[in-house]
Amino acid sequence: MTAPFDPGQKDHLVSALVRDEPRVLTRITSLFGRRGYNIRSLSVGSTEHPGLSRMTFVVTGDRGVVEQAMRQLEKLHDVVKIIDHSLEKFVDRELVLVKVAITPESRVEVRQIAEDFRARIVDVGRHALTFEVTGDEGKITAFIEQMRPFGIIETMRTGRVALTRGSNADIPSHVYHEGETETLRPVVEAAEARETQAGGVPNLF
Amino acid sequence: MTQTELNGAKALWAALSAHGISTVFGYPGGAIMPVYDALTFYPEVRHVLARHEQGAIHAAEGWAKATGEIGVCIATSGPGATNLVTGLADAMLDSVPILAITGNVARHLMGTDAFQEADITGITLPVTKHNYVVRDVEELPRVIAEAIRIARSGRPGPVLVDIPKDIQLAPYHGEIAVPHARPEIPAPKPEAIEKARELLQSAKKPVIMVGGGSLDAAAEITALARAWDIPVITTLMGLGSFPSSDPLWLGMPGMHGSVAANRAISEADVLLGIGLRFDDRVTGRVNGFAPNASIIHVDLDAAEIGKIVRTHVPVRGDARVAAGLLAEGAQKLDLPEWRERVAEWKTRTQDPDHWGAGYAVKAVVDRLRPDDILSSDVGQHQMLAAQLARFEKPRRWINSGGLGTMGFGFPAAIGAGMAEPGVRSIVVAGDGGFQMTAQELATLKKYDVRNVKICIINNSFLGMVRQWQELFHERRYSEVYLGDSNPDFLKLADAYGVPAYRADCAEELPEAIDAWLNDPKSSLLEIVVPNEHGVFPMVPAGASLSEMIETEPPRPTPGIEKNEAAEEAKNA
Ligand SMILES: Cc1ncc(C[n+]2csc(CCOP(=O)(O)OP(=O)(O)O)c2C)c(N)n1
Repeated sequence: MTAPFDPGQKDHLVSALVRDEPRVLTRITSLFGRRGYNIRSLSVGSTEHPGLSRMTFVVTGDRGVVEQAMRQLEKLHDVVKIIDHSLEKFVDRELVLVKVAITPESRVEVRQIAEDFRARIVDVGRHALTFEVTGDEGKITAFIEQMRPFGIIETMRTGRVALTRGSNADIPSHVYHEGETETLRPVVEAAEARETQAGGVPNLF
Repeated sequence: MTQTELNGAKALWAALSAHGISTVFGYPGGAIMPVYDALTFYPEVRHVLARHEQGAIHAAEGWAKATGEIGVCIATSGPGATNLVTGLADAMLDSVPILAITGNVARHLMGTDAFQEADITGITLPVTKHNYVVRDVEELPRVIAEAIRIARSGRPGPVLVDIPKDIQLAPYHGEIAVPHARPEIPAPKPEAIEKARELLQSAKKPVIMVGGGSLDAAAEITALARAWDIPVITTLMGLGSFPSSDPLWLGMPGMHGSVAANRAISEADVLLGIGLRFDDRVTGRVNGFAPNASIIHVDLDAAEIGKIVRTHVPVRGDARVAAGLLAEGAQKLDLPEWRERVAEWKTRTQDPDHWGAGYAVKAVVDRLRPDDILSSDVGQHQMLAAQLARFEKPRRWINSGGLGTMGFGFPAAIGAGMAEPGVRSIVVAGDGGFQMTAQELATLKKYDVRNVKICIINNSFLGMVRQWQELFHERRYSEVYLGDSNPDFLKLADAYGVPAYRADCAEELPEAIDAWLNDPKSSLLEIVVPNEHGVFPMVPAGASLSEMIETEPPRPTPGIEKNEAAEEAKNA
């Protein structure tokens, strides 16, 4: 059953740069859990900078909830920076593995659709094909919808990953230059544009 | 190892000592024994042996709350560490800078369910500002320095450092890290200050409300309020941030707040909140809170702004700086009508005039000198003390506001008393809460602490719970009667060598208080009061401040006495 439509509830794509230390993930997820913010997807990976990991998560909620979640995150000692992707142009991708049932009759059609989506076949079984699809959320959803009539056996999505577009890096330059993780200090610059966009609390910090 | 060689345990003491830590409260055990062994080489640090780790951490909190400096406590692994959890949660909610050090099993045993192993960093994750497991001995002093910096900087809070036993024993070769400078506090934005000023200028019914985050800004806040001539409300945690003797003071807001404070909030058109987080015990029903007011919220912690109440002018920054800026160029507001209204509400106080808990608490707090520290435990006596005590300066009122921890008051008073041996550290407690940490009487004895004055308001009930049962559960007094099983508090004190006094009625009270306060040693006073006595005004949970019940409602069966209530309780 789908939840009743709530205009305030939206997905927000947020990245966090965090110190690569034990329990960082627990700290962040437990903060979300305790305060009742729902994480729809979460991906974590290391960055080009040793000692720093990047997390991208999708939080559902109204603007105020997300704003509050981000401010709480910014207070954590492990968090170096929070990036709200809705404020700038960004690229995002998600990878999904989809196992689709096939019959001798459907095989060709399924492969044709997959080609249209530039999906790669990563496993071939007698009764199923497994595809790898990369793309933004819309593409992945469309692919799954196209395959649904044939019978989807399993799917596994990685969750979204995102980067700001252009040549500006999200990671503040001092992070690159100082080298050591221990010299990192949280950049608790409550993002100005974010406030303005939020519309609720005026941007006076 | 020779005496001069360092190991992890010695490096820990050296680091604490380098940070100017003079006293720690703790309790030893297997996984922290190297640290206790090393302690013997560091006589400059005083270790206070509590009788329960919870006592140790509350004492550290009392120390921190009285001085504004960091409080330090130490415990062993497993049960010792878990006994700290309540105190950590307490310190987290009240923003108290605490460094908690725990021992843990050796690294190779961690994660194997070894004897007395507990995942204390996992357990305390939500109730600490940050926590660490030290996995490399060479990191230890650096971690301590960083932990102290985190605990004290910005919005203060508790930080836990867990040290595996093998790290305590490992040889240490490095330097001892020097204290980190406190990071700069962001300055409030000039636009924000300007907006706030404009709003204040236009106000017809302004009120200032200050919380625990403004304790170190008392001077600036007092100047600010007087410059604008705006009445001031101090929350439970902010009591003392504005002198009670000033005519502008309206008392405490919230569930057991004053008529003046709650009415002023309900009518205000501009509310300037400084260093407070709009706790639900303060706001009552949030959408009924200050319904007509534009809110200016000054806070260091950006996450607090807009968290509970809608904020019209957010001012992020240090309370001191912000209050100083807001006082600049202020002109006294000329608001005779508002003044009159507020003055009328201010007369609606209820000084307890007949024998009961309120009467007893008032008799005690009336004896406070400006320097005295007053601590309280949690319950009716706490709210009565908060309503009735008068504070001229900050950090003289110590209680558990955010977590409402029974058992907090007495050990906190010991910590505060040890921090300031020259002043009296008075604590009011209930007969219920006192028994949660009563064993700390031994700490008084052991260290010959002479300035702690314990007052137990004995109403034979878990009074605050009984009051709720009376008001909201048709007087079904379920599991709140203590009178049939309370100890003889005088004998209990005597058993620990602590002199004790008792008053059973109003007539005996002045003499008993004199004897108690004049005793050169730490001493205990038990005041036996009637069972059924409520704290009013009261805003029922979930109601808005304007729905305050001002006076104690008449009882359905008037004149019910001790025994009858006790019978009912027993038969319930
Ligand atoms: C550790 C803990 N357990 C339970 C409570 C709930 N509680 C709040 S007030 C109260 C009654 C306190 O009774 P007492 O200490 O006798 O003080 P009184 O209210 O009678 O002044 C209780 C049980 C609490 N605050 N803390």
